[in-house]
Amino acid sequence: MRNKWRPANLYLVAVFVVLYAPIFYLMFYSFNSGGTMHGFESFTWEWYAEVFQDTRLLIIVLNTLVIALLSAAISTILGVVGALAITHVRRHRRRKALLSLNNVLIVSPDVIIGASFLILFTMIGIRLGFTSVLLSHIAFSVPIAVLMILPKLEEMSPTLVDAARDLGASRLDVLTKVILPFIRPGIFAGFFMALTYSLDDFAVTFFVTGNGYATLAVEIYSRARQGISLSINALSTLIFLFTVILVIGYYFINRRGAKQVGWEAGK
Amino acid sequence: MRNSLKNVYLIPYCLWILLFVVAPIVLIVYYSLFDIEGNFTFANYANFFTPVYMKMTLSSFWYAFLITLFSLLIAYPAAYLLTKTKHKRLWLMLIILPSWINLLLKAYAFLGIFGTYGAANALLEVLGIGSQQILFTDFSFVFVSVYIFIPFMILPVFNALEEMNAGLIDAARDLGASGWTTFRRVVVPLTMNGVKAGCQAVFIPALSLFMITRLIAGNRVITLGTAIEQHFLVTQDWGMGATIAVFLIIAMAAIMVLTGGRKRGTQA
Repeated sequence: MRNKWRPANLYLVAVFVVLYAPIFYLMFYSFNSGGTMHGFESFTWEWYAEVFQDTRLLIIVLNTLVIALLSAAISTILGVVGALAITHVRRHRRRKALLSLNNVLIVSPDVIIGASFLILFTMIGIRLGFTSVLLSHIAFSVPIAVLMILPKLEEMSPTLVDAARDLGASRLDVLTKVILPFIRPGIFAGFFMALTYSLDDFAVTFFVTGNGYATLAVEIYSRARQGISLSINALSTLIFLFTVILVIGYYFINRRGAKQVGWEAGK
Repeated sequence: MRNSLKNVYLIPYCLWILLFVVAPIVLIVYYSLFDIEGNFTFANYANFFTPVYMKMTLSSFWYAFLITLFSLLIAYPAAYLLTKTKHKRLWLMLIILPSWINLLLKAYAFLGIFGTYGAANALLEVLGIGSQQILFTDFSFVFVSVYIFIPFMILPVFNALEEMNAGLIDAARDLGASGWTTFRRVVVPLTMNGVKAGCQAVFIPALSLFMITRLIAGNRVITLGTAIEQHFLVTQDWGMGATIAVFLIIAMAAIMVLTGGRKRGTQA
């Protein structure tokens, strides 16, 4: 039995190696004093120092984080509103139509979203830059937030709301003291997904960013187009570590959320 | 009816839909009807059906097809074997983790690996083949794209395999089906939805990702996405760009219908 799975395991290991090799290749050469992605000369922190001394780059990192946090927060709020709106629609047909419209931006290719937003912003006269990038990040994060929150809302028994109403809670009370605490894990998940969508996005931002304003992905693209520079490698290593931390954080938040629901249900 | 009147949440949400979902699509179609000077015309559509654009569209579809096919060929066995491992959730997470890293960085890594003195050429030297021009070829484009899309193919296939009732396989084996027959007649049909979801998740981006073609394929490969980017951001011919975008939307809708429509059939 053990032997039977040997080649199988080998295949899986090969897939893993291929998936991770480029990333580690990138990270490995970020320590190369030679300045190229071949022929490792000697170990150096030089490229990391360069990254941290590059004020322009640090401003771009800050921009990226501000956009990510702001757009995630706003799109999560809109996501809650959207999910509530969808659950309040009782007619099956309309609900399906709303959901399909919701999902359009998830399945649309980035170029289409980028190009159409570019047209939209120029038409309403929004200057390309911070505002246009923020607005488009909010726009494409809303549907995923809705999708993360909706299942939690549907899971909630309507009797909870009825009970609260019977006991004299106002509509606002019902929302803040019954519904929102119940769907909190979904809200967290939505926020996190919106955050990663925003951090990961390149194509849409590239279209609506205009001159003079850049997020990290746009900056990496324009640098990578000029060829290899090991400060990108150093930057990627830092981003990789950040991503791993983010994934672990997400995992724990998810677990805590799951536990809390279990605990509240048990109560 | 009373309910929908009370539904205050619908107002901001529908505003969002109107502004960022409906309006952009309408605007794309609207812009496709104007030429670069702003005159109303159908010339863009006529232009699209000239050999130049037709060839580009066909080659874009061909590359997307190749990328999807290779992703599936690699991902399906991997997903299948993943379900057999002991800590499959952990393994799955490890497979998914690279997909959280920005694809630009992964493409950039291949600039080094496939470069003239990179690891790939070093390996070819050792094997005695000698160094080749790998970067800026269609091979490198397909390879890097497949590399990037594998996790997106594994995930839905894995989920479909997990959802499958394991008793069905035992039943097939008990009834005398060979391992291969069981796989072909039971496992594959039951995971078809996962495969379709995966193909959808790979094929549409493969048609439209322009940064991989720009970084890895030089200007050798032009996909629909590259053409749209070119028209919008380089030549500023928004009308033609919008026209290609209209066709990309149509292609996307067709793929969704094609891969999504069978669900009813399999359930019946």
